Amino acid sequence: MQEVIRVENLTKSYKDIIAVDNINFAIQKGHCFGLLGPNGAGKTTTIEIMEGIIKATKGEVFYYGKPIDESMSQQIGIQFQHTALQDFLTVKETLNLFTSFYQHTVPHDELIELCDLSEFLDRDNRLLSGGQRQRLLLALALINDPDIVFLDEPTTGLDPQARRNFWQLIKNIKARDKTVVLTTHYMDEAQQLCDDVLIMDHGQVIARGTPRQLLNQHFDEVFIYLPAAQVPSELCQKNHWQVNEQQVEITTTDVEATITLLLKEQISLTGLHVKSPNLDDLFLKLTGHSLRD
Amino acid sequence: MNFSRFFAVVKARNIEFFRDRSSLGWNLIFPILMLVGLSFIFSGDGRAVYKVGVLNLGQSQSTFLETKYLSFIDYQETALAKVKLEQHSIDLLVDFNTQQYWVNQGSPNSYLVEKIFLNSHESYQRIETQGKKIRYVDWVLPGILGMNMMFSCLFGVGYVIVRYRKNAVLKRLKATPLSALEFVSAQLVSRLFIVMFLSSVVYIGCNLFFDFYMLGSYFDLFVIAILGAFSLITLGLLVASRSKSEELIGGLLNLSSWPMMLLSGVWFSLEGAPNAVKVFADFLPLTHLVAGARKIITEGATLADISYHLSILVAMSAVFLALGAYLFSWNTER
Repeated sequence: MQEVIRVENLTKSYKDIIAVDNINFAIQKGHCFGLLGPNGAGKTTTIEIMEGIIKATKGEVFYYGKPIDESMSQQIGIQFQHTALQDFLTVKETLNLFTSFYQHTVPHDELIELCDLSEFLDRDNRLLSGGQRQRLLLALALINDPDIVFLDEPTTGLDPQARRNFWQLIKNIKARDKTVVLTTHYMDEAQQLCDDVLIMDHGQVIARGTPRQLLNQHFDEVFIYLPAAQVPSELCQKNHWQVNEQQVEITTTDVEATITLLLKEQISLTGLHVKSPNLDDLFLKLTGHSLRD
Repeated sequence: MNFSRFFAVVKARNIEFFRDRSSLGWNLIFPILMLVGLSFIFSGDGRAVYKVGVLNLGQSQSTFLETKYLSFIDYQETALAKVKLEQHSIDLLVDFNTQQYWVNQGSPNSYLVEKIFLNSHESYQRIETQGKKIRYVDWVLPGILGMNMMFSCLFGVGYVIVRYRKNAVLKRLKATPLSALEFVSAQLVSRLFIVMFLSSVVYIGCNLFFDFYMLGSYFDLFVIAILGAFSLITLGLLVASRSKSEELIGGLLNLSSWPMMLLSGVWFSLEGAPNAVKVFADFLPLTHLVAGARKIITEGATLADISYHLSILVAMSAVFLALGAYLFSWNTER
């Protein structure tokens, strides 16, 4: 598979703060690559250096084997985490404005259908809802039919329905053989969308691989949860089970043996549920704090 | 320079401006209200001191010259002094040698100073200035339009760019192939169009009611106006070249605009002001815009006559533009 982006020894410092600390990775063509980490991990700084928006203190980014330069802007699409659009322009006028910036663009009809913009094409940018605004920003990122689309926390602040609609849009983009670079702190989002993830904390890479690989590598147990009122505290202490927020969390590699033990102790199984570990759990295990901290 | 990108940004900025009704309304109504107000409240220029021109002041002796709250300006040529009186630069002209004095019938200040003068020199021959009378509203017109252009240019460019920078519109544009030159030029041309369009509408509209005095050519007036607006826009670009803070830019723009409002001859002539003030005022673009426009309107000056003001404006524009382009930053670092 072809390598689209290579990041080598990338470091970014702001005075005495090291936002990104000597990281290395590569992104394959057609993949959805997830940069994961809590707020302040260095995700946005990393992605903005890759986009050519800010300069690295040290290290380099290569795009198809060549150092990034200004010509790259014709071939990439970007959706920033925080960006405003020009007031008083309608969605259609905003599309026209951005179309004028590029040599090669996607026909508007195609873009409107892909990003589901038809209902609010004549609406002033100021009057768009959060989801509509993100869809317009995505359309602007796709307007030049880019090889790579950078999406920086595109679903932050959206309601669950709008998030899921947006995931579908990203899946549609992936289906067009685009390479997607996505930063997020939603682990369900990364598990849904990403072929490859890199987890960062304090500017450093702490894990890298496909979501399944990482989970298999770091976990061979599952979690069983029961209402705390049903389990005597002596039994929890004896078996080192955690009691969290009215729930008992049992970590086990053998679900059958644990269920047998609970039945033997005459514990009611009402309200029992079993959960496989996810990337959130992985992050907790690797860093000792939650991704949403 | 890609003209398709450039014109797209010009168009987008113009749409943004003309759809912002509150801003558009203010830009149109403010100068009209000022002109209407001043035409009714004739002495609304806030001057505390009246100015009296005296021919050969050094050889003149009179108790009138000791009157408080009057300033006396020496003239050697009668013709020049009479022009100054007609242009409202001075309020009365006296020749103690020939025992004559001149008044401007269109000036309320001239009327008041004459009353004071007659207390001590009742026998002097009274002469009224000849030709079409220049009202105060005619004299103040270039100042008010110039001041409105100044605010529109400085705040309309400076504040907008800083706002774009702060809310990441600039960052989004930087991520496209749009170059800094294309962006900055588009802002400049867009604002120039807006300012000239609005100033023309205000001038033409008010002219229907006020029938403004105009001795020179409208083309020459348009040239000095466009050059003045250009230099003020480039000053706005320079002030906004790097900052991300709306508070800071507000302060810097006020720092740039207030000296011009006070010292560029908007409200009162700098005739008789200390030399240091005149030298300082010469470094302000609005001074040259207002002085040039006023000479065209009240003296019928041609472009050749105001070539000093034109060349200063060209030089200032070149310096501001070069510095602004050199210092301009998308400032996308967080």
